[in-house]
Amino acid sequence: MTAAVVTPGRPARERRSARGRPLTPVSGLGLGVAMLWFSLLVLIPLSAVVATAGEGGWSGFWRTVTNEQTAAAIRLTVGVALLVTVVNVVMGTLIAWVLVRDQFFGKRFLEVLIDIPFALPTIVAGLVLLSLYGPESPLGVDVANTRVAVFLAFLFVTLPFVVRMVQPVLQELDREVEEAAASLGASRFTTFRRIVLPSLTPAIAAGAALSFARGVSEYGSLVLLSGNLPFKTEVASVRILISIEGDNTAGAAATATVLLVISLFTIVALDLIQRRVANRG
Amino acid sequence: MKYRSRAALALAAVSLLGVVACGGDDDDSTSGDGGGGGESTTLSIVGFAVPEAANKAIADEWAKTPEGENVEFKTSYGASGDQSRAVVDGLDADYVHFSVASDVTRLVDEGLVAEDWDQGDNKGVVSSSIVVFGVREGNPKNIQTWDDLVKPGVEIVTANPASSGAARWNALAAWGQVIEAGGSEADAEAYVDKFVDNVVSLTASGRDTTTAFLGGTGDVAMLYENEAILAKQSGETDFEYIIPDTTILIENPGAVLTDADPKAQEWLDFVLSEDGQRQFALKGFRPIVDLDVDEVEGANDPGDPFPEVENLLTVADDFESWDALSTKFFDEEDGIVTKAILESGKSE
Repeated sequence: MTAAVVTPGRPARERRSARGRPLTPVSGLGLGVAMLWFSLLVLIPLSAVVATAGEGGWSGFWRTVTNEQTAAAIRLTVGVALLVTVVNVVMGTLIAWVLVRDQFFGKRFLEVLIDIPFALPTIVAGLVLLSLYGPESPLGVDVANTRVAVFLAFLFVTLPFVVRMVQPVLQELDREVEEAAASLGASRFTTFRRIVLPSLTPAIAAGAALSFARGVSEYGSLVLLSGNLPFKTEVASVRILISIEGDNTAGAAATATVLLVISLFTIVALDLIQRRVANRG
Repeated sequence: MKYRSRAALALAAVSLLGVVACGGDDDDSTSGDGGGGGESTTLSIVGFAVPEAANKAIADEWAKTPEGENVEFKTSYGASGDQSRAVVDGLDADYVHFSVASDVTRLVDEGLVAEDWDQGDNKGVVSSSIVVFGVREGNPKNIQTWDDLVKPGVEIVTANPASSGAARWNALAAWGQVIEAGGSEADAEAYVDKFVDNVVSLTASGRDTTTAFLGGTGDVAMLYENEAILAKQSGETDFEYIIPDTTILIENPGAVLTDADPKAQEWLDFVLSEDGQRQFALKGFRPIVDLDVDEVEGANDPGDPFPEVENLLTVADDFESWDALSTKFFDEEDGIVTKAILESGKSE
């Protein structure tokens, strides 16, 4: 355990000291605690998943992830998660904008309500979605056992991420800069594109990354409404569950590893896009 | 400032008191146990979710007998496969009760349960039920037989045999009834294909099937008789259940672990006794001993809750053994049912 803390800690310290700013004892302690915490909760469990995936050997890993049904489930999960992320980027920014810039009746209430999907146990969310958008929908919207159900469930659980990331940044934004831009003849759209958007981009990207990662791993809220039909509505987490039930932990870990790698790529890609957009301003 | 520091002091004093008090409590309880003379035993029950209520009722009955006096229970209920894996991974258990035998054989392989666990008179079975069809009130699609299920336009909800060990009973019943009626293996395979084509929702567990069905999904749900009765007992009355002429006997295994407290065997004996089985019957399970049960609330006919099934399939008579059928039907790569589900997805 100690080794795990010291090893990742050391390169950071060396890099810092190379720049001639040695860590004070207090910040050294802080770094140590942070790394220990991070290792216990993230690094060690993730390594364990990857290690378990390797148990079946390369051929076992490959057979699992190229299984037609698993591959289809991974494609569906990632595809819908991407789509949901795009929708969230637009809608989340819009909602944050409305919440920060507009004054209207019930605003406070709405602000509290946004967080509810965070608080609701996902299986309860699943029940709610089934009763609202299932065959006995009081709204007349029946999407049960279709891909729309997967999309809807992902949307439901990921809604708060972009809103909550963008909101505080928007609040801090200096409106005088916008006014200055307007007085210099910039249209509202140009002001938004050149002044507001670049400041919001890091927050939007962070929200998008969270929203994507959450969508990829979703299980509870969609399992009742989606029907889990192979090639149609079966998501990766259901395939993982099936592997576990078949006592194939290596297979389950293999599918999980693929999801991890895809998430990693997506988050890095989002970061790159974010940097480019932010620099353009 | 002064006020603040006083508040902090008070807070510190209170929390200190709290710590002292907690310590005191702990001491008291341990000495109390010691003083009790060690008469009481604690048994750990690990089981699948459905029989929780019945096991509790049996424990209450057992407590009234001399053997069951002073026995306390620690219980853990959840999905059968998950519970079985948890025991392998070290969850403390004296007695296990699962939905399928393969969850017990997993423990046998680890040396946690004796090899001869299924050699007794009860063959390792502690509770039983049958596969039935859950239909909408009034049975609008008039579903009575297995053939009615595969008619065009009939929507079936069933748990996925791949993710729920318990759902395997449904698939076995669907297959076995074709063979029972004189069909060949090819006929049975064709039937399973048609059956799977009509499935609109492959839920993760038996409980999800009930939830999805009662939430409006599908025309017919593959249920266990005991779950249908239990749902009716808990007030879900807007559905009916149909017992087909041919169905399979669901046998839920129970076993005592090798390193269990000796009391665990006495508990198992009581579970298998008439008094124990009566409690199962009251919750909708078919008793495994001959037993007169007056009335079971929630059954189609509470006075005759468990009518005899014309052709009752069993694993031992119709499918050799769990080991054999697990590979043949449910292998992750090329089990017959696994492949039928895969093909149904591709054809759409």
